[in-house]
Amino acid sequence: MDSKKYLNDISQIKDMMSRSSRFISLTGLSGILAGIYAITGAAIAYLFLLPSENEQLTIHSLNFKLILGILILVAVLSFVTGYSLTTRKAKRNNEKIWDETTKRLLINFFVPMITGGIYILIKLNSRHYGLTASLMLIFYGLSLVNASKYTIGTVKYLGYSQIVLGLICAVFPGYGFLFWVLGFGIMHIVYGTIMHFKEDKQ
Amino acid sequence: MGLIDNINKLFDHRIRLGIMSILMVNDGVDFNRLKELLDVTDGNLASHTKTLEKAEYIKIEKSFIGKKPNTKYSLTLLGKQAFKKHIAALEQLIKNQN
Repeated sequence: MDSKKYLNDISQIKDMMSRSSRFISLTGLSGILAGIYAITGAAIAYLFLLPSENEQLTIHSLNFKLILGILILVAVLSFVTGYSLTTRKAKRNNEKIWDETTKRLLINFFVPMITGGIYILIKLNSRHYGLTASLMLIFYGLSLVNASKYTIGTVKYLGYSQIVLGLICAVFPGYGFLFWVLGFGIMHIVYGTIMHFKEDKQ
Repeated sequence: MGLIDNINKLFDHRIRLGIMSILMVNDGVDFNRLKELLDVTDGNLASHTKTLEKAEYIKIEKSFIGKKPNTKYSLTLLGKQAFKKHIAALEQLIKNQN
């Protein structure tokens, strides 16, 4: 038994862990892109759609529907980007994309996510607009933490940060938009960049 | 007490090391998935899972999906602790020899 054998063992452990829970490869570039989509969407909403100070945003107004549309578009685009980048990488490494791990990861992600989405819609419907950004951050964070069991575990920290951000956001009413951009935009880009360089090193 | 004491002999094998690594990050992995990841034969995998089960490092859960029997493996608390200790020992040994 020498150092070479130990190193070999360690690299085998790492290899098996990452191959059996591949979604780490999703994170880098797709994280950055998701952040960019979020910021672009927020910028469009801010410039054209958000009501001025003495106006009220009501659920049946066109602007509200457009904002909702942008939100859905950002979410779908991020998901599709993540999916296609991961599939491409999996193909390159000769791995199957749709297996037990993927299925569980998605179920674990979407259960809190969809719960949160429906809850927010119910709240909006009864004119409780105030905590929307906070709730979105918290539920998204919980979804990430929940899904991170099926990855090597760095996504977890993104999840925790989103939860903390969501809680802080709840303390400062009126700054929801800012926190939303910080969480879904900046945090994704920061996290994606860190992951991207980490992946390069391996 | 030397560091070498923390190296677990049971994990000193490519397939057993692989099984433990996979179960460390996945809960409830079935037999075929392990086979596919480790690229081994049925008999070979079965003998190694049995060894790990005997040491109470992994637990086995049998069920049926339709009419097909399905066996799922996951780590026991003991197994998790043992494997973490093993990884820490490996890392320490590498550090010391450099």
